[in-house]
Amino acid sequence: MELFVHGDYEVVRNPDLCIACRVCERQCANEVHWYDETAGKMKAYSDKCVNCHRCVCLCPTHALKIVKTDDTYKINANWNNATINEVYKQANSGGVLLSSMGNPKPYPVFWDKMLVNASQVTNPPIDPLREPMETKVWLGKRTVKIERDEKGRLKNTLAPQLELSVPVMFSAMSYGSISYNAHESLARAAEELGIYYNTGEGGLHKDFYKYGKNTIVQVASGRFGGFKGYLETAAAIEIKMGQGAKPGIGGHLPGAKINEDVSQTRMIPRGVDAISPAPHHDIYSIEDLRQLVYSLKEATEYKKPVIVKIAAVHNAAAIASGIARSGADIIAIDGFRGGTGAAPTRIRDNVGIPIELALASVDARLREEGIRDDVSIVVGGSIRSSADVVKAIALGADACYIGTAALLALGCPLCRSCHEGKCNWGIATQRPDLVKRLNPDIGYKRLVNLVTAWNHEIQEMMGGMGINSVEALRGNRLMLRGIGLTDTELSVLGIRYAGQSL
Amino acid sequence: MIREGIFRNPSGCAVSGVIDRSGKRMSGECMIRSIATMHDRSNGLGGGFAGYGIYPHYKDFYAFHLFFDSKMAKGAAEAFLGRHFEIAYSSEIQTHKLPSVTDEPMIWRYFCAPLPRKLADSHLDEREYVVRCVNRINVQIDGAYVFSSGKNMGIFKGVGFPEDIGRFYGLDEYEGYAWTCHGRYPTNTPGWWGGAHPFGLLDFSVVHNGEISSYDANRRYIEMFGYKCTLQTDTEVITYIVDYLVRKCGLTLKEVSHVIAASFWSTIADKPEEDREQETLLRRMFPSLLVTGPFSIILGYTGGLMALNDRLKLRSMVCAEKGDLAFIASEECAIRAIEPSPDTVYAPAGGEAVIYELYDRGGRA
Ligand code: SF4
Ligand code: SF4
Repeated sequence: MELFVHGDYEVVRNPDLCIACRVCERQCANEVHWYDETAGKMKAYSDKCVNCHRCVCLCPTHALKIVKTDDTYKINANWNNATINEVYKQANSGGVLLSSMGNPKPYPVFWDKMLVNASQVTNPPIDPLREPMETKVWLGKRTVKIERDEKGRLKNTLAPQLELSVPVMFSAMSYGSISYNAHESLARAAEELGIYYNTGEGGLHKDFYKYGKNTIVQVASGRFGGFKGYLETAAAIEIKMGQGAKPGIGGHLPGAKINEDVSQTRMIPRGVDAISPAPHHDIYSIEDLRQLVYSLKEATEYKKPVIVKIAAVHNAAAIASGIARSGADIIAIDGFRGGTGAAPTRIRDNVGIPIELALASVDARLREEGIRDDVSIVVGGSIRSSADVVKAIALGADACYIGTAALLALGCPLCRSCHEGKCNWGIATQRPDLVKRLNPDIGYKRLVNLVTAWNHEIQEMMGGMGINSVEALRGNRLMLRGIGLTDTELSVLGIRYAGQSL
Repeated sequence: MIREGIFRNPSGCAVSGVIDRSGKRMSGECMIRSIATMHDRSNGLGGGFAGYGIYPHYKDFYAFHLFFDSKMAKGAAEAFLGRHFEIAYSSEIQTHKLPSVTDEPMIWRYFCAPLPRKLADSHLDEREYVVRCVNRINVQIDGAYVFSSGKNMGIFKGVGFPEDIGRFYGLDEYEGYAWTCHGRYPTNTPGWWGGAHPFGLLDFSVVHNGEISSYDANRRYIEMFGYKCTLQTDTEVITYIVDYLVRKCGLTLKEVSHVIAASFWSTIADKPEEDREQETLLRRMFPSLLVTGPFSIILGYTGGLMALNDRLKLRSMVCAEKGDLAFIASEECAIRAIEPSPDTVYAPAGGEAVIYELYDRGGRA
């Protein structure tokens, strides 16, 4: 017996406006729309609809809208519709529930419970339209020995660092989970912006080696697509220990998304699910991590910073302290609302902690131990706006990773169906007919626009605080106040409550 | 009373400083006159002075100036000093009662040298030993506060208008080759003498006018290196930054200015190659010690004074020279009050360090 599960959304077509042009039918990879010859009108299978809004956007007469279904079981605060449907689906299939993008559950968003300061009277705000306002940052180790040459000049004893014109980078999204055109858009945008994008764990397509100086290559537990040239071409190497959307498990690329090109780039067979091991099988402890960090440094002659990325979990502060002593140059922390191309729903929705809390405790811990200069901190999962970036930096981050926001700029409406491989926007798919819907010439420009706009906003907020270099904002927690937070939350965040003076 | 340090207390202010580069000593009277001209920049809630070269007879001893709230605090502090230092001479600091200066604590002076055995056992460099002892008194002994701890220099401060504080201490009776002073305009009423400025650490003294916006970034960073910002003032954190960069990292004062008041990246890009390289390096090494927001400081140290403004020059500051004398002040009038016809008058640019040193330290007229 297979129980019918009603879709969450319904397609509503205005018959007075529809001209039966069948654009929606051609646009929908989920095959929702169809033309009924006998009736001479368009119809829809709403239960297949993932609410990606492709048809709504492209309908020439604006005849379409998607609404939340009002079909319901008996109202029950404990057993709500979604919960019941999930039980049915699992009883039907016997499978683990899969989903994608970030955790959509109504957990508290601490970014929205922090407010930023501004100068009044005793010190002046600075006008970014008229004065320089610096958002450039360098990422990497800052521990230095002061040494001088014969002439008494300081020698450059710094480890290799990454230079960013804006404290924002595109976070790891693999080729395979997203399309060639999406990768091209990210790479070109990173180059134009003077920042970095991250290959994710799927290797680097040969066409994109030319963007190497703006590329961070990832080494994950599956070791997909990794070889000497891959490491050498990059500006930095990221070891992926975990991901915010699915702490404790490895990457998962459904076989349907592994075409010839992806298979070559990843160096794996076509059409078979690519599931990375949960741990790195050469890293069962912190000493092992140190060995991998140094193997990668040896392989690249100590010319590139090494990033270690972890998911934000309960013990993040202690883990970060271990990583800071492992030789890594940068720690990337990914919060539990971070996106993914595919994750078991239960893990995405229940494992890990908010990035705000993880960041605050990691930064405080590294300072307590006097090792904050040993690593830079990059946070992601999820950074939704320039205000989140400003708050993250004030809490102690050096820079932010954005993933979901970057995909939104490319047109993604967050339908959370990436794992199905039929992304109607040409982003999370490998189907050539869909991929070509994303034009990288336009896509990269939209990414450049987004980050440029955020940069202006960051400058405005910094100027308001009387700060003219992002370096003076980093860890400047007096610039934040909490609202609607408990004492424990305030103490974890290390900030005071709104209305509490200096 | 809520002591300073329980809350953060920003303030507006006036600063002034003078040095005779030939090393000739002058009385503190000139500084009193200079700061009195800028009376309106203070509000009677704090004033103070630092004099260099004032204790030639005890120049090899650390001169500790202490405030005591009670006899008990004095007893505890003296016991501590006795355990850690040889005390060459101690006495109450001479003061003159003034109607406008009230609620003064007991004020004492001790000329000390670390006990050689204690110092050796501590495995610390002598100056670090002294710094730690000072910190222990200030943090652990309730009601005792060391507010000056350098050799052959001294800080004199209190709650009141600066010119009254100068007369209270009778600074016209002291002679030094360099002086700085400070009048305070706090936006909170501290009423605690230890909270007045200059702030000192060993022979460094800082007077500052401004309210920095980078405060918590600087504080949280510098506290990684064993400093504790107990007063929560800008002056305190700036002093610690200078001490860290000069004493612990070995940077020159010019280099320090490129860290705390670094040029903008765009300005650095236009500089000659060698400067560009060095300044870029300094910004990359110590980004968290960049100080933003308005400040004008005068740093006093053995043998010299340094004037420094924030990178945008959001606070006024003027320098002038007359023969061997060099002057620094918030306003030109404070210089003209003591030297009506200077040879040169000059307003340094934002982030430009002006350093005046004794000739025998390489200072130039
Ligand atoms: S795209 Fe719009 S107008 Fe065309 S068939 Fe679909 S609903 Fe009708
Ligand atoms: S990337 Fe595509 S499939 Fe994934 S959420 Fe966005 S629109 Fe949907």
